[in-house]
Amino acid sequence: MLSAILVMALGGLVLGGVLGWASIRYRVEDDPLVEKIDAILPQTQCGQCGFPGCKPYAEAISKGEADINRCPPGGEDGVKRLAELLGVDPKPLGEGLEHKPKSVAVIDENLCIGCTLCIQACPVDAIVGAAKQMHVIVAEQCTGCELCLPPCPVECIHMEVIHEDVTTWKWRYPVHSLHPARPH
Amino acid sequence: MNARTLHPFHGGVHPEEHKTESNGRPIATMPLLPCYVVPLRQHIGTPAAPMVKAGDRVLKGQMIGQAEGYVSTAVHAPTSGRILAVEPRPVPHPSGLPDLCIVIESDGEDRAVEFQPLDWRSLDPSALRNRIRDLGLAGLGGAVFPSYIKLNPGATRKVPTLILNGAECEPWITCDDRLMRERADGILRGAAAMQTMLHADEIIVGIEDNKPEAVAALQAAAKHLGLPVEVAIVPTLYPSGGGKQLAYLLTGKEMPAGGRSTDAGVQVFNVATAYSLHRAIDLGEPMLARVVTVTGHVAEPQNFEVRIGTPIGDLIRQAGGELAGATGKLIGGPMMGFELRDDAAPLTKAVNCVIVKNRKLFPAAPPAMPCIRCGECARACPALLQPFEMYWYAKAKDFGKAQSYRLFDCIECGCCSYVCPSHIPLVDFFRFAKGEIWAREREKEASEQARQRHEFHQFRLEREKQEKADKLAAKAVDRLKTVETSSSDPEAERKKAILQAAIERAQKAKEGITPKNVDGLTPQIQQEIADIEARRAQLREAAHAKDEDNA
Repeated sequence: MLSAILVMALGGLVLGGVLGWASIRYRVEDDPLVEKIDAILPQTQCGQCGFPGCKPYAEAISKGEADINRCPPGGEDGVKRLAELLGVDPKPLGEGLEHKPKSVAVIDENLCIGCTLCIQACPVDAIVGAAKQMHVIVAEQCTGCELCLPPCPVECIHMEVIHEDVTTWKWRYPVHSLHPARPH
Repeated sequence: MNARTLHPFHGGVHPEEHKTESNGRPIATMPLLPCYVVPLRQHIGTPAAPMVKAGDRVLKGQMIGQAEGYVSTAVHAPTSGRILAVEPRPVPHPSGLPDLCIVIESDGEDRAVEFQPLDWRSLDPSALRNRIRDLGLAGLGGAVFPSYIKLNPGATRKVPTLILNGAECEPWITCDDRLMRERADGILRGAAAMQTMLHADEIIVGIEDNKPEAVAALQAAAKHLGLPVEVAIVPTLYPSGGGKQLAYLLTGKEMPAGGRSTDAGVQVFNVATAYSLHRAIDLGEPMLARVVTVTGHVAEPQNFEVRIGTPIGDLIRQAGGELAGATGKLIGGPMMGFELRDDAAPLTKAVNCVIVKNRKLFPAAPPAMPCIRCGECARACPALLQPFEMYWYAKAKDFGKAQSYRLFDCIECGCCSYVCPSHIPLVDFFRFAKGEIWAREREKEASEQARQRHEFHQFRLEREKQEKADKLAAKAVDRLKTVETSSSDPEAERKKAILQAAIERAQKAKEGITPKNVDGLTPQIQQEIADIEARRAQLREAAHAKDEDNA
């Protein structure tokens, strides 16, 4: 009886020790959930969710401080994928938020005075220019966040919707029109 | 009649052939047109970069768009004349969207640049391939892959088996048939050059048994040229003209999924590509024209040798024009082709056939019924896939699952849609799913880049703040020293106090800055930051040393 208890206790101690060691040795520093949420977010860095960037929003979601429907660039599809990841019900985009077609910012070069304010506002450093020199937006890097629009003192930046071309065109979901049956 | 043992591939279908409509007449040429439209994207890969602008004068055969990047090839002026514009124009594409084209107004003289035959036996292989790229050669079987890449034997320096694809399995199309009958010599001369470039041991021409005249012509040409070419007759079964299917049929070698056939020691070229290579090396002529079948509901179905850039509407008019009751036009065959949206779209290297439809030949598709899980599609699939499984997942937009059923091994041949008793447009679903997956991959890549740029942006802001604080502190210390060494009048004392306060402020500011975004970075990013800092330190030192030198 006593030896059985001792064996079990010893076993418990050894295994507990191994587990304790493993939890320190193989500790994961970052919260993997934040990474997963961040991977779904579109990385527009637009701040429309109320957080200064996608990562802070992802952190807030993982802590349960923010709702999953605050990201307009991600759209309904993004909300759906977040809901799937977190095991909650999808919901429509939050009030006052709407999904817009993907666009890029364009600077009117005739109006730009070279004030560098938009360069400072750009979250992904996609604007090239220097003081009193014309600025230009690197279209491939622009996320369409619109953060450069408000600081511009001469309103020379506007958004242009990206239209489909032969490289980005996709086959549509096959739908077949129904024809009314011919009268017999 | 056939020495070679064939290895029949799985599945396949045998639709009505409709070859006799157009294969009875010889290849006709088209008269010179007043205007040509040459798209810059005529091949797989990066579009050619335009080399001319509106108003320039060009000669026939002059390069007007040069290859950009590796997977690319050049485009040339089909005749002499003036460039009217370099602008988006309608092109033969399933989307019907316009793409960048060079518009040439013909001057009627058709003057050509001087063509220089290539000395392919003595030229350095790499230089020869680059010349072939600049002559604009791309595969004419439909995939329009730049030929110069396929002619590279690769690391193994050898591709044992060279297959010429003359199967032409798709209904209605007869351009390769006519080309083989009329220009077998040229095809085999091109094949001989391919054999040399690939160091191939054998050349096999695969032809379906519904083209006996083409077989006879090629056999005669092989004899007359003294070339050891094997003409293999394969049974008429769609899609035996698919590259992977034909290679398996003739060699029994299965091509790796997602890989190239060269990995299995086999390279497949269309017979028309071999003919173009012959013209490129023996005459020095760029790919200026191709043979196209115009058939279906037109007055005189026929094959034409047409300059690249010819508006397809003009081509149809040349075949007697469409008859009353036409219901649309197909580019390519009925199995894999797509609807032409605009007659003004020009002929490209990829277009092998134009079919004018009518209600009798191409009745409207009956409405799709639910899938009854009969498995006919899996029995017909030459790629050994299970189309019904992929269909369910594609329909439910569960793309990951569709992909796990090897969606990307689908060659979109249309056999499954053809046999489906419920008339489900299966291939349309697969194309939809592929497009969505590619779009998602593009988005993912873009968002990953944005994430990295944003992280660096934040790191840069913190760094700048810190540097500013450092600079201020250093400046204050310097000033303090100068003040201390000067006399001790009350004015200096006052300055000293102010400076001391400034130093303390700067110190405080420095302590207050704890860059949050550099916590928990990957070792790779940390290494990158360390590298950048090291470079900056070096620069600072260099600048300092220079200052001292100057002093």
